[in-house]
Amino acid sequence: MSDSEGPLAVDGRAPDVHVRGATLRHGDSVLFEDLSVTLAAGEITCLLGVSGIGKSSLLKLVAGLGPALERGTIEAGDGRPLKGRIAYMDQRDLLLPWLSVLDNVTLGARLRGDHADGDGARSLLRDVGLAGRENDLPAVLSGGMRQRTALARTLMEDRPVVLMDEPFSALDALTRLHLQDLAGRLLTGRTVLLVTHDPIEAVRLGHRIHIMTGLPARIATAMTLSGEPPRDPTREEATARYRELMGYLGQSGAVAGLGK
Amino acid sequence: MTGPMPRVLRALATLCGLGLLWQAAVWVAQAPPYILPGPLPVLRIIGERADFLAAHAGVTVAEILLGLGLGTLLGVLSAILIHQLRPARRWLFPILVISQAVPVFAIAPVLVLWLGYGMASKVAMATLIIYFPVTASFLDGLRRTETGWLDIAATMTDDDPRRVWAILWHIRIPAALPTLASGLRVAAAVAPIGAVVGEWVGASEGLGYVMLHANGRMQIDLMFAALLVLSLFALAIYFAVDHLLRRALPWQADSAPADDDAPSSNQAPS
Repeated sequence: MSDSEGPLAVDGRAPDVHVRGATLRHGDSVLFEDLSVTLAAGEITCLLGVSGIGKSSLLKLVAGLGPALERGTIEAGDGRPLKGRIAYMDQRDLLLPWLSVLDNVTLGARLRGDHADGDGARSLLRDVGLAGRENDLPAVLSGGMRQRTALARTLMEDRPVVLMDEPFSALDALTRLHLQDLAGRLLTGRTVLLVTHDPIEAVRLGHRIHIMTGLPARIATAMTLSGEPPRDPTREEATARYRELMGYLGQSGAVAGLGK
Repeated sequence: MTGPMPRVLRALATLCGLGLLWQAAVWVAQAPPYILPGPLPVLRIIGERADFLAAHAGVTVAEILLGLGLGTLLGVLSAILIHQLRPARRWLFPILVISQAVPVFAIAPVLVLWLGYGMASKVAMATLIIYFPVTASFLDGLRRTETGWLDIAATMTDDDPRRVWAILWHIRIPAALPTLASGLRVAAAVAPIGAVVGEWVGASEGLGYVMLHANGRMQIDLMFAALLVLSLFALAIYFAVDHLLRRALPWQADSAPADDDAPSSNQAPS
């Protein structure tokens, strides 16, 4: 699969995803109430916020995992169900330790009882730089390689909507830069929600950056970025946007002591 | 990492040490041979009656292995049914608990009455005694699948009920194999108890029968010989099962410190 013509063969077009009036409780505390956010079609929406604010809960709701919403709706803009059109990637690689790299990447097909597309999986593994490691078990791979395998598995699902929960946060800085670059190129054309607590990652990968703060949490749009990700973090524009974003984080109260 | 030779040497050294202790106990206690024969007379009788002991050991080992196979099969199937089906949970689970609550020694006479003096009653005993550890360990493993794996699987599949079985087959069962392996190690260690108790209650062959028979005729050296042979076979079965499980689950992380060939289950053979 090449970078430009990816996920859209199946559905024609990646849809918008609208979260409207969502309310979620965790025991007695209200995580968020009447929360609305739109994931624009074919764009990467980054959701920034400190740990525990409810970013992952929101992402799991969109993924159809975990508890049901108390109120509110989560719908695709084209009116068709989201179920079956979502791929999910976690902070942990979640590779099955008894399966080879190749078998992990083709897990979805086997769960659905479909024929596993070994050639497609090999080609994706080549894209993420894992050619020749197809038969290795996850245990012999480094953390970065495992997360690249997880990225290949996510892309193998070839879904128009991709939800990523801090996918690179457990990696060292250099590996993370490399994987952001890969993800930015390979996710082109999909509707992506990228939950992160790393402002640099948001500036590198996002078309739009939202910030989640408070309890119950609110979501504010911090900025819209031009040009296609992945952005070069050393370029003037990216550093300017990074400074701008940090200033915004300070003002919004997401980070104490910034931008004052 | 040590090679196989040191391990074998260590096992031999342990056996020699136990033999010496045995001999020391005989000397210290001044025990007459009809109470506690020394290791050498017992070894001699093993040599003299090797064919006789081998024939009976064959019967007992067959009972143990058949019991292990049958108990594993029943335990695995029960665990899957209990895990997957609500009615099975309601009906099978109490049976599982009862199978453990009734002392297997207490029902041995009943089993011999029903199944006869042959192998069947002993296989049933061994099966019964391992059914609970196998079922309980596997069920535990099936229930504790990493939720992240299930989340990934949920986004990959649709609502077709067949997918529940696909997830069971591709994720839950393999993920539960390490805990099943712990149960099987316990089973391998206790299955000989079932077989021998069955033989004590009523049999015409097997090492348990030989022990009882020899005891009745005051052939204490032969009784000890049968006991020794039984112990060696029980150990061999345990280590064979342990070895097979390690070979079958190479991906299972063994985080035991330093000593690489300690059993990965913390249950030692009894």
